Amino acid sequence: MVRKTIKVNYLARVEGEGAFKVVVRDGVVERAELSIFEPPRFFEAFLRGRAYSEAPDITARICGICPVAYQMSSIHAIEQALGVQVAGPLRDLRRLLYCGEWIESHTLHVYMLHAPDFLGYDGAIDMARDHADAVRRGLALKKAGNEILTLLGGREIHPINVRVGGFYRVPTRRELQPLAEKMKWARDAALETVRWVAGFDFPDYERDYELVALSHPDEYPFNEGRIISNRGLDITADAYHLHFEESHVERSTALHSRLRERGAYLVGPLARFSLNFSRLSPTAQQAAREAGLGPACANPYRSIIVRAVEVLYACDEALRIIDAYQPPDQPAVQIEPRAGVGCAATEAPRGLLYHRYRLEDDGSIAEARIVPPTSQNQASIEADLASFVGQWLDLPDDQLRHRCEQTVRNYDPCISCSTHFLRLELDRG
Amino acid sequence: MGEAVAGRVLVLGVGNPGRGDDGAGRAVAQALRGALPRAIEVAEADGEATDILARLDGASAAFLIDACASGAPAGTVHRFDVSEAPLPQGAFGVSTHGFGLHEAIELARALGQLPSHCVVYAIEGASFETGAPQSPLVAGAVVEVASRLSAEIREEQAHA
Repeated sequence: MVRKTIKVNYLARVEGEGAFKVVVRDGVVERAELSIFEPPRFFEAFLRGRAYSEAPDITARICGICPVAYQMSSIHAIEQALGVQVAGPLRDLRRLLYCGEWIESHTLHVYMLHAPDFLGYDGAIDMARDHADAVRRGLALKKAGNEILTLLGGREIHPINVRVGGFYRVPTRRELQPLAEKMKWARDAALETVRWVAGFDFPDYERDYELVALSHPDEYPFNEGRIISNRGLDITADAYHLHFEESHVERSTALHSRLRERGAYLVGPLARFSLNFSRLSPTAQQAAREAGLGPACANPYRSIIVRAVEVLYACDEALRIIDAYQPPDQPAVQIEPRAGVGCAATEAPRGLLYHRYRLEDDGSIAEARIVPPTSQNQASIEADLASFVGQWLDLPDDQLRHRCEQTVRNYDPCISCSTHFLRLELDRG
Repeated sequence: MGEAVAGRVLVLGVGNPGRGDDGAGRAVAQALRGALPRAIEVAEADGEATDILARLDGASAAFLIDACASGAPAGTVHRFDVSEAPLPQGAFGVSTHGFGLHEAIELARALGQLPSHCVVYAIEGASFETGAPQSPLVAGAVVEVASRLSAEIREEQAHA
């Protein structure tokens, strides 16, 4: 029997620490395993006993790239538990903050982490020597996203201005104006980004994923919507636990999440895009079409184009919000603590992020549950590897290993968040 | 690329003060604030590469101070002139993002944005635990680096 093992012990250009192993027997991929050995972080446990008002600042610490996602899922879940509705300009400002995070997080991944795979470089530094203009554009675009976080969030990493019920301070119209000028530049840069990545060579692989994302009748989803799939799932966040289950897998410190009825599923840009194409701005839809994307995309390698399209959308949406903005009378709505249970899902750059909280009478947190996107995508990452690797077995080990790494990076996995990245082991027999 | 003469001079302390000795670089920047000629920009950063890169852009000279963990005794001060050669690998792996000072410097070099004079001071840390106080040996090194940097910058200004 011919055995081959592909093993990558530390995956580079992903957030956190993980590894993967692919076992091949007689030319057939027997199994692919993603291991996450980033230590567990116990966030759910140390939220217990804390005041509800501390949740956005504590959960923001789960990730330095997508802190807004953690803040947003936590405040929406807690507001539901407390019977609070946040609408109007406060809701718009939350979307604007999310635009900033998508711009900075997606741009970092597109330019610094993923593009080198397509252009044949070991990393962004090597790529920058030959593609300096593109890298400069990427850095400036990322910075534009960070500027939204700085203005609305008080600082660019781990924002401190978000609270249950709204914000601590809201901006004036005048304070937002310089951001509008920046976003006009960013929109052009985002369109150039879509055109740049559309010119890359993509492996011709598709998979029949169950795509899961939020869906809202009037908007491309950030903060609000039903959780839907291309196979008929259509639920509110309250029913999440009835349809999804987490289980511990020995090789990973991050829990694996599966659909109870059907197993592996996919969250993130491909899912959002394919389930919500018609809610993208006209500019983003047109750019997607020109980049060769249909109204749905099942090729995970093309996720880099989808991310670029989402950055373009986020710039458009940021401009729309800034243009229409009228400051609210109060920076936050009044809150009375009470006992209750609340659930919410929002769209982190990497996909659906679910939070559930049970609060005591005094508003302290009795229980918290957090299901990050990377944990939900682990099974699909493994299935991608198992499905694609078989076609590359003739490649030399180093090229094969690189293809596998690229496949994992399609997901922009945030291992730090999900543990709560990567070694590759290829066992060819 | 600006000329080394009469350009913007940046002193940048890098680190996370919430992680014990990782804040050493920023402590040096704080000690130098107000103690240098007014034209010199003294700033602090948390160590994220693209942020450092943006700060380096347009500077003719930069002095970066960071903590490191190369295995030398705590409080050891290293000085590297990175104008021509990269930082030695391995000692600056403390950043949780794997994308820190070394990457910022090399990306700046690849993009032609590295100040023509660029020096890194690194202070060997003892403890990088969350919330830990600064180690006494590191506190001593902070004073030493502040004094060496102040002298080095004044010397260069005199010759500029």
